[in-house]
Amino acid sequence: MDTTPVTAPGNDILVAEEVTKVFPGVIANDAVNLNVRRGEIHCLLGENGAGKTTLADILYGVYRPDDGRVLLNGEPLDLHSPRDAIEAGIGMVHQHFELVPPMSVIENVVIGTGAKQWLDLSEARRRLEEFFADYDVEIDPDAEVGRLSVGEQQWVEIFKTLYFGVEILILDEPTAVLTPQGVDELFRILRQMRDEGLTIILITHKLREVIALSDRVTVLRRGEVVGTVNTADVEQRDLARMMVGRDVLMQADKAQHDTGEVVLKIDDIHLASDTGRGSLKGLSLDVRGGEILGIAGVSGNGQNALFDAVVGVRHPEQGTIRIADADTTHAPPHKVALQGVASVPGDRIAQGLMMDFSVKENLILGNQRARRFARAGVLNRAEIDRFADESIEHFEIKTPSASQTTSTLSGGNLQKIIMARELSGEPRLIIVHQPTRGLDIAASEYVRRRLIEERDRGVAVLLMSEDLDEIFQLSDRIAVIYDGRIDYVAEPEATSLEEIGLYMAGVVEAAGAAP
Amino acid sequence: MEDFFTYSVILGIFVATVKIATPLLIAATGELVAESSGILNLSLEGTMTIGAFTGFLVANETGSLWLGLLGAAAGGAALGLLMAVMTATVKVNQVVAGLALNILGLGGAFFWYRSVYDEGGAVALPTVDRFETVAVPLLSEIPALGEVFFDQHWLTYFAVVMVPLTFVFLYRTKYGLELRSIGHNPEACDMRGVGIISRQYTAVIYGGVMAGLGGAFLSLSEAGQFFPDIIAGRGWIALAIVIFGNWRASWILVGSLLFGFLEATQLSLQAQDVNLPYQLLLALPFILTIAALVFNRSRSRVPLALTIPYHRGER
Repeated sequence: MDTTPVTAPGNDILVAEEVTKVFPGVIANDAVNLNVRRGEIHCLLGENGAGKTTLADILYGVYRPDDGRVLLNGEPLDLHSPRDAIEAGIGMVHQHFELVPPMSVIENVVIGTGAKQWLDLSEARRRLEEFFADYDVEIDPDAEVGRLSVGEQQWVEIFKTLYFGVEILILDEPTAVLTPQGVDELFRILRQMRDEGLTIILITHKLREVIALSDRVTVLRRGEVVGTVNTADVEQRDLARMMVGRDVLMQADKAQHDTGEVVLKIDDIHLASDTGRGSLKGLSLDVRGGEILGIAGVSGNGQNALFDAVVGVRHPEQGTIRIADADTTHAPPHKVALQGVASVPGDRIAQGLMMDFSVKENLILGNQRARRFARAGVLNRAEIDRFADESIEHFEIKTPSASQTTSTLSGGNLQKIIMARELSGEPRLIIVHQPTRGLDIAASEYVRRRLIEERDRGVAVLLMSEDLDEIFQLSDRIAVIYDGRIDYVAEPEATSLEEIGLYMAGVVEAAGAAP
Repeated sequence: MEDFFTYSVILGIFVATVKIATPLLIAATGELVAESSGILNLSLEGTMTIGAFTGFLVANETGSLWLGLLGAAAGGAALGLLMAVMTATVKVNQVVAGLALNILGLGGAFFWYRSVYDEGGAVALPTVDRFETVAVPLLSEIPALGEVFFDQHWLTYFAVVMVPLTFVFLYRTKYGLELRSIGHNPEACDMRGVGIISRQYTAVIYGGVMAGLGGAFLSLSEAGQFFPDIIAGRGWIALAIVIFGNWRASWILVGSLLFGFLEATQLSLQAQDVNLPYQLLLALPFILTIAALVFNRSRSRVPLALTIPYHRGER
């Protein structure tokens, strides 16, 4: 990467002035000011929904600001599309990867580049190999992208962007998919790139990352800039207060208590997925009443299959699943639910809710046949209304009414609808997948508190999360899922982030005692 | 039954196979390009009918079959353009748009035909002189093979040449790579600054042109006239062939020949009055397509975003 000698390092390279962006019903960016200096790593810190990604998307030409302007090297920049941004030297890696899974690494890299119509991959291959060698990344340029691990896919995304020769790289939550060691590796390389002259804007909500990596940080809260500070001058606590607007409890309250009988017992299940990725290959675990078993792992290692197997959406080819005394290995979902199993799926919009239905309809989804809500197949509307009003009050769901269309609610309220529905049957097992993904801190705290309450009530909780802080905060025992197996279980006090990370990456295999 | 297996009957079946495969192959390779861009054009049947008609109309009015082909291409392009407007710009549900245009194509061609040629009362159907077959020097002298492959219509040679050309276009050019990328993940392309709408227009209009030419093969090379059900389901078969071929040009060629062979055999069985249920052979293309779908399930090359409209900023 060449440094341009036009402006000396340290000068403002990219500036946003009073940028405002309004979406229906929400001001995503409210007169936001940002100045990024050449050759620095600048973090955009804020909770989910604070407007970080919207701001970055404006800098990358995805959205046009309703008001305000963007300056590049002091010149106003009028972006109509990402193409314009790329030509101006600004590249962005989104949180949701923008890859074409059936195509090779090289093909993904050359999309949108080069002037010649005849497809020549040799130049791309040369640069790709050079790049991977420079930064010690081992990926086969001819591998099909869909078959790479998420960590590898992220490297493809980053190189894809650098291939355009950009001087400013925007990364949106790049560490969400990585193991702790993967994060260290990424940060090492990002520092190396910065030292070579690249300007990096990194979006995150993780304080630790801001402290570890950035030179300066701009904190956003509810669409407004709270301030920009030198990272060296602040501590995590200060940043947390800026981000949330109040002091934050970094630790959830969780009293010690005794566990009960085994509620969920999974013995050596195998479940092949269609794509071959994320299959279960002999997974065993058990969860007792009154405990939270946290499952850590990089996504794609079998979490979805495990969730589906437990709730009965897919059935293992081999092995058994028992809930209390019942064998539910081959039971369909509604039979599994009758055993007292509540489930909160990882993708709440696709799997947990009917977004076009009303809040009250979603609150009884799956229970529509229960005697309480229907007689002779006709819905009992009075009872449903009563139940909905109760749930809305009890779970603090913010909605104008129970008849409101679900799609108009925020992520936190969507999750509360699912929790209210699932916990209403007084379950004895709760399986939750990524329960706080995309939620702001207040909603996350609420969800976590609820899970701890259920545990204290004697419920068995199976928690799958890619957020290791959450796993450590909530779990009574921590298991690591890797390549469809669980070969490591430990109590949080007896292990560490680093150790968990090694198992998540599959670096240590089966050294820990199986449960 | 023994009469059926004579040299001349079997040779006849193979010659007919290639003829029958021609419009299927032209329409299917065009549809392959359209679908590669993520747009399923279900209106092939109607588009082929329009092409058959506009081709015939121009040929009949000008007396030039070659201008007729241009007319067919223009007719197909017009329907392709409509499809592109509805799907790439307005982002209507592709199945609905395709079915609607299909009806428009079928009904429109018939209406237009009636308003031009039907003066009321029984009139003799107008005809044009058909394209002659073109024998390739030397190659056509090869026994059997020559007759089957090298004494065919211009459009047949064109159809076969388009198979490798389509492959090269899709897999060896930048534009083809970008087209396929759009079909798999339009958002990724948008974020890379690859224009989606213009490419989808190109692909769908091209598919329309090819369907139009496929239709013209029937009116200008085969029948020498136009009648409303001239396409007789070939548009639907072409759609099935794209699926059968698992979105690969080479297998689309195989599929076209196979389906052509089944049809030729079926016709021959009927003509020879062989006591075999020809309906079975008529149904076979669709049974084979379903079998191919099941067989290819785990390595399907279907464009991942096929039929899904792309809206920027919907994540």
